[in-house]
Amino acid sequence: MEKSEVNQDINQQVEKEVNVGQVKMGSNDLKQKIGFAILRLSSWIMLIILAVILYDIITKGIGVINLEFLTQSPRRGMTEGGIWPAIMGTVFVTMITAIVSLPVGVFAAIYLNEYARKGKITRLIRMAIRNLAGVPSIVYGLFGLALFVSGLGLGRSILSAGLTLGLMTLPVTITASEEALKAVPNSYRQGSLALGVSKWYSIRTNVLPYAIPGILTGGILGLSRAAGETAPILFTGAAFSLPRLPSSLSSQFMALPYHLYILSTQHHSIEKVRPIAYGTALVLITLVLIMNLGAILIRAKFRNSDR
Amino acid sequence: MANEQIKLMIEDLDFYYGDFQVLEGVSLKILVNKVTALIGPSGCGKSTFLRTLNRMNDLIEGTKVDGKVLLDGQDIYDKGVDVVGLRKKIGMVFQEPNPFPKSIYENVAYGPRAHGIKDKDELDHIVEDSLKKAALWDEINDRLDQSAMGISGGQQQRLCIARALAVNPDILLMDEPTSALDPIATAKIEDLIENLKEDYTIVIVTHSMQQAARISDYTSFFLMGEMIEYGLTDKLFEKPEYKKTEDYITGRFG
Repeated sequence: MEKSEVNQDINQQVEKEVNVGQVKMGSNDLKQKIGFAILRLSSWIMLIILAVILYDIITKGIGVINLEFLTQSPRRGMTEGGIWPAIMGTVFVTMITAIVSLPVGVFAAIYLNEYARKGKITRLIRMAIRNLAGVPSIVYGLFGLALFVSGLGLGRSILSAGLTLGLMTLPVTITASEEALKAVPNSYRQGSLALGVSKWYSIRTNVLPYAIPGILTGGILGLSRAAGETAPILFTGAAFSLPRLPSSLSSQFMALPYHLYILSTQHHSIEKVRPIAYGTALVLITLVLIMNLGAILIRAKFRNSDR
Repeated sequence: MANEQIKLMIEDLDFYYGDFQVLEGVSLKILVNKVTALIGPSGCGKSTFLRTLNRMNDLIEGTKVDGKVLLDGQDIYDKGVDVVGLRKKIGMVFQEPNPFPKSIYENVAYGPRAHGIKDKDELDHIVEDSLKKAALWDEINDRLDQSAMGISGGQQQRLCIARALAVNPDILLMDEPTSALDPIATAKIEDLIENLKEDYTIVIVTHSMQQAARISDYTSFFLMGEMIEYGLTDKLFEKPEYKKTEDYITGRFG
């Protein structure tokens, strides 16, 4: 709405300028200035939104953050105590997600970028990957319920949830890994193949190492997304409340996003636990930002060291 | 010419990119321990031809080869030929220096390592030997552990030559190896080629006829995918047999 209004404004203004009979150059100059202003505004909107979200969550959540909150289990119907099991549950399930999604994603990307011939089947695979990336997370949740929980008999467990999240992040991991492999100059491949080494050796020693930073960066961004997902773990293993940490792969677990969902919609006295909900949101968003920061640092480190 | 030993014998070679024919009926002999230069205008197929000799064109999808390339009598396009092993025998140096982003030492040791040499002393020996053959040892032996990306373009190209020599090939294919280098670096590579032919058979693609005249024993002139003329370099430049060759040569010099 606002945008189209702005657009109209510009159009009117531009028309005015032209009508007044200004020199053509001047009107172009103005057009350009307005154009840049819109571009600048659009990018600032991002920053503003992030700042508002962070401000809101920090001001409302920081009050409950203390050592007890971070290291204790919830007590008295989640009105007291901490979120320790939810923090660790999210950390564990994200680790399982990484173990599932990174190797499969990297191998699939190596196949697609280095081995597969360009043809119908490769196109089909790529199309499938792109479409998988667009499947809503709740659908992944249902799929995980059908396949891992019931089909393979893994039950509602941290393993089922990790596998489901792993599937969900796979398209991101594959795409990121493929881009990273594409960025490795072809002369490295040719140079090593010309020395009479096998293709796999060449990829392993002279292509993959240079793609690792990009793969990790993309992979971590995908994982940080997965860490914050609720829908895929809802049916596959997240528990309403568990005072202890998951003891094995078949345990259920608490998770930060699901805990937040419960505190803000399912709790018997939502108003009372609102600060705890904000505190949980703050911890979750901090966790995600730390992961993203890690991705940025990895990228920066490799960018500096190689050149 | 008849009593020279033939290293590579190319018989009636055709090459296609998809439907587009790049090489047509090329036949050529490459003699042992000689430098053979391939000259011709851009797009004449000389680089493509060079890449058929170690089957690097196999890496490009949709290409097709007809005809024979006999290496010591054995057709390298026969079924069951070990392409990886073939490329070990026929080394290649590319137009742009393409060192790997590893240390100088690791660049040279890459091939031997890949072929299973693990012994540190042996690797050290190969690296030193190869760098000496490539006339680079004296310049960089005090910084072998530094990144190969940090040395000059000319040094990088000689490093790539050393890297190719480290796997002990019989033949060295060079695809316009000096086109990205300044005159001094070019002169060094040309001197190097003169020395290398004592141990290796060299085929070099060059866009510079002066370079071909300076360093090669035999020259082959390509035009529009066909091999027009082949012979001793001196003879080809002084008394070309064919009008097309003469036109090309005089056109450039005159």
